Amino acid sequence: MITKKLKFVVGTAVILCAVLALAITGMQESKAYYRTVPELKAMGQRVEGRRVRVAGNVVVGSIEHHGEGVVTFVIDYEGETLPVKYIGRGPLPDTLVDRAQAVAEGTMTSTGTFEATLVQAKCASKYEAAYAEGSTVAE
Amino acid sequence: MHHLGNFSLMAIVVLASYAVVASLLGVRRESSRLVKSGERALLTCSALSTVACFALVTLLLKSDFRFEYVASYSNRDLPFFYKISALWAGNNGSLLFWSWLIFVFTAITILTNQKKNRELMPYVVATLGMITLFFTYLNYWLCNPFVELAVVTAAGGAQSWAPVDGRGLNPLLQHPLMAIHPPILYIGYVGFVIPFAFCVAALASGRLGAEWITSTRRWTLVAWFFLGTGLILGGRWAYVELGWGGYWAWDPVENAALLPWLTGTAYLHSVIIQERKGMLKIWNVTLVVITYLLCVFGTFLTRSGVVASVHAFAESEFAQIFLVFILVAAVLCAGLILYRLPELKSKNELDSIVSRESSFLFNNLLFLIASFAVLWGTMYPVLSEWLYDEKATVGPAYFNKVNIPIGLALLALTGIGPLLAWRKSSFESLRRNFTWPCLVGVATFLGLLALGMRQPAPLMTFALSTFVTTTIVLEFHKGARARQTHRGGSYRSALVDLTLVNTRRYGGYIVHFGMVLIFIGIAGLAFDTDMKADLATGESIQIKSYDVKLVALNEGRTPNYEWLSAELELRKNGKLVGTYEPQKHFYFASQQPTSEVRRHATFVEDVYLIFASVTDDNKATVQVYVKPLVRWVWIGGIVLFLGTVVTLVPDKRELKLARKAESQKKVATQVKKKYEVA
Repeated sequence: MITKKLKFVVGTAVILCAVLALAITGMQESKAYYRTVPELKAMGQRVEGRRVRVAGNVVVGSIEHHGEGVVTFVIDYEGETLPVKYIGRGPLPDTLVDRAQAVAEGTMTSTGTFEATLVQAKCASKYEAAYAEGSTVAE
Repeated sequence: MHHLGNFSLMAIVVLASYAVVASLLGVRRESSRLVKSGERALLTCSALSTVACFALVTLLLKSDFRFEYVASYSNRDLPFFYKISALWAGNNGSLLFWSWLIFVFTAITILTNQKKNRELMPYVVATLGMITLFFTYLNYWLCNPFVELAVVTAAGGAQSWAPVDGRGLNPLLQHPLMAIHPPILYIGYVGFVIPFAFCVAALASGRLGAEWITSTRRWTLVAWFFLGTGLILGGRWAYVELGWGGYWAWDPVENAALLPWLTGTAYLHSVIIQERKGMLKIWNVTLVVITYLLCVFGTFLTRSGVVASVHAFAESEFAQIFLVFILVAAVLCAGLILYRLPELKSKNELDSIVSRESSFLFNNLLFLIASFAVLWGTMYPVLSEWLYDEKATVGPAYFNKVNIPIGLALLALTGIGPLLAWRKSSFESLRRNFTWPCLVGVATFLGLLALGMRQPAPLMTFALSTFVTTTIVLEFHKGARARQTHRGGSYRSALVDLTLVNTRRYGGYIVHFGMVLIFIGIAGLAFDTDMKADLATGESIQIKSYDVKLVALNEGRTPNYEWLSAELELRKNGKLVGTYEPQKHFYFASQQPTSEVRRHATFVEDVYLIFASVTDDNKATVQVYVKPLVRWVWIGGIVLFLGTVVTLVPDKRELKLARKAESQKKVATQVKKKYEVA
């Protein structure tokens, strides 16, 4: 009786430990910290090489295609700007247009350019910010 | 029209409240009239909810841009079909649609349970009444789709106002798959409300037997099936429409739908143990509660903007109210379970670790761990802020690392579980059942290894897939053979009969086989290759055995959008396969570009062509993916569908029982009549 229960407990414990170990390594590999543009700049050298996620609005006219899928753009967060260079494998989302809310994940380089391997974008202003108070829409 | 909509919503709030009170009071006073009146009130709500949806659809079809919702999600030139689908394109409308689905299910439940489950029904009605009350309340006061636009006049008053044209439906949603994917997913999300209501009713009334489980078996299966189909269609949509070359990204909203599917799958398995052995009662009620709450949580995640996601609706103020609802429901259910704990405890114990029961237990354990891991990863941005005061996110590497081994273990159990005997499997039966499948699995493994495959995950997937497939084929074969020797007839008719006699078991095998195919498709991901290049007209790139050449850059326009395309010639080993034109659309109404990918799909692999952009010197940036085995994911989905349909067919035993009950009833009434005559 006891041995049977023990078998279950041991089996469960083994599974749990294995998953936990996997989860921890997986988290270490893919963890990225949220930073605002000013925070990122303030951190200077310390942030180089660390995976970071940074958000901001795409500055109008800043998106440039350099061929081979490399794209650069500038994001703006409360007046502070950050140049971003996309070097990821996949195509950039279509939603990455002027003024879109963009989230870039990657690392900061010593030149001050943020190298992103992942970019998400939302044209939130178009779809979600509903017609705000009538006065602004009326013009 | 909008008055009709608003009136309906208000009337629902009143009537649903009445239904809750009347049902509970009806139980207290043992008044079947009160209980009935509660049911009728909720039925009326269903009709009113239909009216409210009808009102919004009418406004959308009439392009009445005085209304914020219509102006935000539709425009004049939008095709008819998408005008209707705009009903679920935005937060407010989709909530209305969501509530309507709950009401439809509620109505079906009430109408089909006029004579059955009378002790449970008052609680079922009360639970459903409370839930619909909550959603309708949100829909009326916080996310009302019938709000009119207004401008502030010079005098400071408000004046109604309508733009010339609406902003149009998000072009990404202008796709047939996207028009049907949300409703299908919603049916899944919402469908679990019925098992949940019955589960609460069982707990509240103390009728904890198999009654509520058998009454909701089909609901659970249907909800589970729609949730799964919704997930697959969503993946398919992402693949053909979003154009990033994949179908699953561990996006928070995808995860939100996966979570209840995982726990729901666990429940579908563990409930079998309760039916067979009367065990795991506590576990099952807990699973149903968790599954339903995860469904609500998924809705919350999609709508609240708590975790930023590409396809979440905007941030809205009702996040807190939603969380309160979930918490209150969780606390109430936990309270009920604790209150009934002594009655839920089972007398049976597990007999052996090598038995059907224990394979179900481990299946449940794995599903639960997977759900927890997915939940943890999804909520990590929020959790890390709480725990470490530093917001961080985890990426696909985390989800894959945890879920691939769990998935493989579950795949193995898919083959092992059904072959183990109840209680205890003897060594002899193990040898008899597993020799062939194991040999086939090992042979696959060694064969692929010899062919040079080295990645462990796909190697294991393919080996386990052939192992599981062999067990399934053998099960059908053995059953059909046995039937044929007993009853004669052809092998094929024996096979069909076998399935019809025990639809749950053999339908389940077909579902398992569908999962095997999906696993094979997913394993193909390990062999993806891709290439990016800037092509001038006449230039080409090579990827694997394919050759992609840019023939021309074309452009044009339709009333809805302007387009640019890259005309590409695809050759395999030098032989022309075809010409493909991936495009870029630029929609006028929404001012948004979208990519239209083109695919050359075969059973072996897909060639996936993306036209990313045009460079300054007029070259086309083209991205090509070669993705092996993708098609098997969709085929697996279809097999899953067929298998589920088989499990839903009442099997011959069930029909026999039903007929028996019917005839007994007839006899009883005849006897009664005789007495009355006498």
